[in-house]
Amino acid sequence: MRNRHLGIYLPIAELSVNLFTLLAIGAAVGFLSGMFGVGGGFLITPLLILYNIPPAIAVGTGANQVIATSLSGALVHYKRRSIDFKLGGLLLAGGIVGSSFGAIVFSLLRRYGQLDLTISLLYVMFLGIIGGLMLVESVASMRAAKVEQLAIPTTPPAPSGLQTLIHRLPWKMRFEESKLYISAIPVLVLGLFIGFLSAIMGVGGGFIMVPAMIYLLKVPTNVVVGTSLFQIIFVSAYTTFIHATANHAVDVVLATCLMVGGVIGAQYGADVGQKLKGEQLRSLLAMLVLAVALRIAYGLFVTPDRIYTIAITGAS
Amino acid sequence: MKRATCLTLLAGLASSLFAPVASAQNELPPESLQIGLSTDTISISSNFGGTALTIFGALDGADPLIQRQGRYDLVVVLEGPEVPLVVRRKQRVFGMWVNTASASFDLAPLSYIAASTRNLQDITDKQTFSKLALGVAALKLDSNADKTAIAGEFSEAYKTLNAEAGTYSESAGKVEFISQNLFRATLQLPASVPVGQHQARAYLFRNGTFIRESSAELAIVKSGTEQAIYRAAQDQSIWYGFAAVALAVVIGWLGNAIFRKG
Repeated sequence: MRNRHLGIYLPIAELSVNLFTLLAIGAAVGFLSGMFGVGGGFLITPLLILYNIPPAIAVGTGANQVIATSLSGALVHYKRRSIDFKLGGLLLAGGIVGSSFGAIVFSLLRRYGQLDLTISLLYVMFLGIIGGLMLVESVASMRAAKVEQLAIPTTPPAPSGLQTLIHRLPWKMRFEESKLYISAIPVLVLGLFIGFLSAIMGVGGGFIMVPAMIYLLKVPTNVVVGTSLFQIIFVSAYTTFIHATANHAVDVVLATCLMVGGVIGAQYGADVGQKLKGEQLRSLLAMLVLAVALRIAYGLFVTPDRIYTIAITGAS
Repeated sequence: MKRATCLTLLAGLASSLFAPVASAQNELPPESLQIGLSTDTISISSNFGGTALTIFGALDGADPLIQRQGRYDLVVVLEGPEVPLVVRRKQRVFGMWVNTASASFDLAPLSYIAASTRNLQDITDKQTFSKLALGVAALKLDSNADKTAIAGEFSEAYKTLNAEAGTYSESAGKVEFISQNLFRATLQLPASVPVGQHQARAYLFRNGTFIRESSAELAIVKSGTEQAIYRAAQDQSIWYGFAAVALAVVIGWLGNAIFRKG
C-alpha cells in the first residue's frame, strides 16, 4: 500500500517492486550499453539479483532483455553491412546446442539447490577476469599514449599454442565477409560455450564473444560486433523460449520495464560514448565490471540473514 | 477435489455425531458449532498489502452458566494450500555460504493463521493440541523421507521462516463473543498470503475439553492481468515463450527506430 502508485507487481517473480527503480536499472544499463556498445545482460542479471529478484528469474528475464538490445544494435550493423552471416550462422548452430545443454544443467542445479551459488560464482569469475584484463589493457594503453603521444595498438597476445592448434584443425571453411579461412570446429565450440553461459547466466555473451573472435579466430574488428550481435539475438531468443517453457523463469512484466528503460537510456549513452576516448571508456567499463564482481563476491561470503531457505517443489 | 473434501467432512461429522450416541447417550455435548464466511472467494490484486479476514460463527446450545464464566474457548484457523517443498540449510564451505543439508516435505501448509479467545496454553494442555494437531507448535508437516531429528529441525525452521513472513501466526484475543451465541474471529492475512484453496476451521473447547469442530472453504485468487500472465506462463508456456520473444523483438526494433531519429 505504501508505494501504491509506484509499485508494480511482477507476476512470475511474485513480488511487488518499485516501477521507477526498474526503469532506472534498465535506463542505467541501457545508457552503458549505448556508451560501450555492449548488450548489458551481464549487468542486468546481477543487478536484478542484488535487487532481490530470485536468481532463476533474473537469468530468464535477462535473456529476454538481451534480445531487444542485441536486435537494436544488430539493425545498425545490418545497414552498415558489417555482419558476416555465414560465420554468425555457424556460431549460432553451436549456440543453440550449448544453450539447450545449459538449460538442462540449470534445471538440475535448481533441483539440488545449487543454482543461486553457481550463478554467483560464474559471475564473480567471468566479471573478475574480463574486468581485470580490460583494466590492465586500458591503463597500459593510456600510459602508452601519454608517453609516446601516439596510440599504440596494445592487443594482448593470445596464447600462441591455442592459435597454432586452431589453425591446424580440419574442416576448414571460407568466410568471405571476414576474409577468413579457418576450421569450423573452433567456431562451433565458441558458439557452444557462449550458448551454455547464456542459458546459465542470462547473458548474450558479447563480452566474451567479441574478444574471443578478435584474438582467437582473428576476425576483422569491423565485422566482429555486428556478427556477435546477430547471433546473440537468436541464441538469447532460443534461451528465453527454453527458460519460459522448461523453467517458467521469464517475467514479461519485468522484462518490459527493463527494455523500455534500456531503449531510452541507450540513446543518451551513445552520445556520451562518442565524446569519450576509447581507453577512458574501457577503463570506466572495467571498473564498473569489477565493482559488480566484488559486490556479488561479498554476497557469497557475508553471513546471510537466513540460514534456511524454502523451495516449493510442486504445485498445490 | 472439492466433492471429496465435502464427503470426508460429512463423514467426520457423522462419526463425531454418532459415536458418542452409541457409547454414552447422556454425555452428548449439547453445544453445536457453525462458522460462515461472507464469501467463498477472495481475490487479491497486485498491490495487495494484507487484510483482516472476519469469520463469524454461531455456538448454539451453550450452557449459560459456563458462557457467563467465560469457560468456552474457541480457536479459529485458516490453513493455506498444502504443497510439497524442500527446506535447505546453508553452511560455510571455504568461507562461502553453500546449501549443504536439506529435508523434503510431502505436504506442508503454505500458511497457518490462527486466532483464539485466549493464549493457547491457557485453553487446554499440550497433549490435546498435539492430538488435534492444532496451533503452530503442534502442526505436523508431512515428511516421508526421514522422521528423524533432522526433519524436526527443518520443520521448525520452516515454521520460523513463515512466522517471520507473517504466513504462520497465532493471535490471542482475536476471537470474541459478540452475543451469547455469536462469535467473531479476526484473522490477519499478510501481503504474502498464498493463493489457492484455504480451509477455515473452528475448534470449540469447554473447560479445556475439546467438544466440536466446524469448517468452511475459502479460495484466495489473484485478480486481473497479473493472474492472467501467471496462468499463461504456467499453462501456455509455449505461447508465453513466443510472446516474450516477440515483445522483445518489437521493443528492440522500436528502440532502433527511435535511436536512428535521435
